[in-house]
Amino acid sequence: MKKTAFLGALTVSGLVAGAAAAATLEDVQERGNLNCGVSTGLPGFSAPNSAGEWEGFDVAVCRAVAAAVLGDPTAVEFVPTTGQTRFTALASGEIDMLSRNTTWTFSRDNDLKFEFVGVNYYDGQGFLVPKALGVTSAKDLDGATVCIQTGTTTELNLADFFRTNNMDYEPVPIETNAEAQQQYLAGACDVYTTDASGLAATRATFETPSDHVILPEIISKEPLGPLVRHGDNEWGDIARWTLNALIAAEEYGITSANIDELAEGTNNPEINRILGTEGNLGEMIGLDSDWAVRAIKAGGNYGELFERHIGESTPIGLARGLNAQWTEGGLLYSPPFR
Amino acid sequence: MSTLSEPPKESFRLSMLIYDTRYRSLTIQTVAMILLVLMISWLVSNTVQNLENLGKDFDFGFLGQRAGYDINQRLVEYTSQSTHARAALVGILNTILVAFLGCALATILGVIAGVLRLSKNWLVSRLMAVYVEGFRNVPLLLWIIAIFALMTESTPMPRDFREGGDASMLFGSIAISNRGVYVPAPVWGEGASLLIGVFVISLIAIWAFRRYAHRRQEATGDILPVFRVSLALFFIPVLLTYFAIAFANGRTEQAILATGGEAGLTLTEYAESQESLNVCLIPGTTTALNLEKTLRGADVRYNAVPFNDEGQALEGFQVGDCNVLSVPATQSDPIIAEAEGGFAPVPLVETIRRGNALEFEQPYLGGFNFDGGIHLRNSLIALWLALSLYTGAFIAEIVRGGILSVSKGQTEAAYALGLRPNRTMNLVILPQAMRVIIPPLISQYLNLTKNSSLAIAVGYMDVRSTLGGITINQTGRELEGMLLLGLFYLVLSLLISGAMNFYNSRVKLKER
Repeated sequence: MKKTAFLGALTVSGLVAGAAAAATLEDVQERGNLNCGVSTGLPGFSAPNSAGEWEGFDVAVCRAVAAAVLGDPTAVEFVPTTGQTRFTALASGEIDMLSRNTTWTFSRDNDLKFEFVGVNYYDGQGFLVPKALGVTSAKDLDGATVCIQTGTTTELNLADFFRTNNMDYEPVPIETNAEAQQQYLAGACDVYTTDASGLAATRATFETPSDHVILPEIISKEPLGPLVRHGDNEWGDIARWTLNALIAAEEYGITSANIDELAEGTNNPEINRILGTEGNLGEMIGLDSDWAVRAIKAGGNYGELFERHIGESTPIGLARGLNAQWTEGGLLYSPPFR
Repeated sequence: MSTLSEPPKESFRLSMLIYDTRYRSLTIQTVAMILLVLMISWLVSNTVQNLENLGKDFDFGFLGQRAGYDINQRLVEYTSQSTHARAALVGILNTILVAFLGCALATILGVIAGVLRLSKNWLVSRLMAVYVEGFRNVPLLLWIIAIFALMTESTPMPRDFREGGDASMLFGSIAISNRGVYVPAPVWGEGASLLIGVFVISLIAIWAFRRYAHRRQEATGDILPVFRVSLALFFIPVLLTYFAIAFANGRTEQAILATGGEAGLTLTEYAESQESLNVCLIPGTTTALNLEKTLRGADVRYNAVPFNDEGQALEGFQVGDCNVLSVPATQSDPIIAEAEGGFAPVPLVETIRRGNALEFEQPYLGGFNFDGGIHLRNSLIALWLALSLYTGAFIAEIVRGGILSVSKGQTEAAYALGLRPNRTMNLVILPQAMRVIIPPLISQYLNLTKNSSLAIAVGYMDVRSTLGGITINQTGRELEGMLLLGLFYLVLSLLISGAMNFYNSRVKLKER
């Protein structure tokens, strides 16, 4: 009995000790792969393809960071997390970063002690209803049954929205997007609510997407972005500037097609600094000089990733909207590489 | 002569701690104790250290903060403005509800299946064997999800119940939909307290009669028809009281008064003549129930303006809070006669009944869902059925084992005395089998209670889903939340096993 207790204590201590490490970069390099938390399956953002490989817009951020840090975009261990398990997984050190359509909020940043490294998709919460219901506005939803993923900001927004409009509703709490989809299609709820991008992605997988409409009201701001733990600023900087490199690459016209050519040197000093042919930005961030080249090569710049995974040519069919470059009226604005 | 040699003097040496059997066990226990304390203190300090590294403190203050989320099944009042502690309480009550329902149904199922499994009828005993093996050997989570899927996929949507849809309500009052089962809800009217009083008295009478019958049988050997008399005592006084009250005041007519219209209009005509229909009523009364039923029947849109009692409702009507009010027919003329100024109430054509001591509120189709009645959500039903069927299979085996533990001689002796098989079972076998059945039954109840934490799989908002799920997620207090959750299950389990042990000590073999 004493032996089992001792072994049990060893196991527990092993688990606890894992969380204490602060130097994430060294851990990742030593381990040889990046543990990245993603969703349990949201088409276009993070879902396994037919070959079983994870792909999507959020997955691409993980791959870019892995390419920058380890030189290999495939050296990523994807950990599927639900709305409820994601923060515990990150806080406990099970994953090195979380890239899972997670909304940047004050309390998550300060109270949960996480560091959001930027925004890779500006989103807002919407409602998906069957056309047959004849509902044209979210204000008509008094008394409706609403499917909602638990442990999300959308759950709180929903409560606020119905309360401020003095309406009743019946929440049906659900763990994952796949379950929500099944419940919604079975008619167990009238409405499915989550981020508008998630609704578009979900609707794209329906048999007849045209039978369902996304209501015009967007009831919240949902800036989605990757995040890391508080307390390791070097690691946070790597994730932040990898994302910025992808955004800046689009702004300066660096694509996966011309990057090899540009990496030999151009007459634009900003491009040269990003791609490491001028200055020593790589050294400052604790990596080698062509870290950004590898990150961009992993899947292309921000615009390429958007088009490939969730853009208008894909079944998900999202327009750039707020997610266009600042030069084109959007909100994407990378600080200068200098 | 003899020399007195003293025995060698006992002196304590350190090696005796290991080699002397008198001290060895003490040594081992002390060392084990020290190791255990060291281990625990190391675990605690490690946790504290790691929390510090993460920049987190240990604080239960989050329980007082605003929760911000809604819960569908609430046994106590709760809104998104309530605190996390309140949300936890709602979850706790939901856990207790499903655990209680589950234990009750599992016991019934288990006892029936356990007895029938011993049946001499081949078909019955094999069917029970299939039930027991099927449920015992498939994980509980699968059963929960399977029953839930069955309920959502194979039942009609609420809108199928509309005219032209292909679903209809069971007996006109129970709706089985893919959002849950809606059953009529009782509404207590005037005289309800008398009705309940009579019911309690008849329960006491049943208990007293059974006691008397038992005594009499012990003394004289005569057997009274306990079951039939109990049944009669259970139903007849209550039904008599109910009809007496119904006869006295149930048929009292209520007039419907309206302001700003002409006399002699029907509800529909009046509603068309007005911009909006505001109805003063007292929620939860049979009058309000009947009034709303009439309003729905007339197919008019209205707003309910709630009041606490009839006096306030009348005042509200007089000052214009609403334009429709229902009053007893005898009071309507004085009200009309006393009206002055711009306030000019007129009676409408329709009248309603004041209502009996007990009326039932039928579920009816609202905008998206059924309204009214009691809503048993699919999540509750699926969890309840799965927990009961699963645990019932284990209880069946315990009951079977208990019955088999009573020697065959007991049955034969009872038969020889001329007892019929069901009396033999009830009076001879089961009382003896209970001694064997109760202790393992306690652990099945505990299992069921703890297994109810699988509720989140079907979105049932138990304490694991509220405190242990959403609250932890929104506040980031994993350690505190999980500790509270663990504490709650510990206390609940200890309470259940305490109560069951008390029962066990009453039925176990009394040795004198």
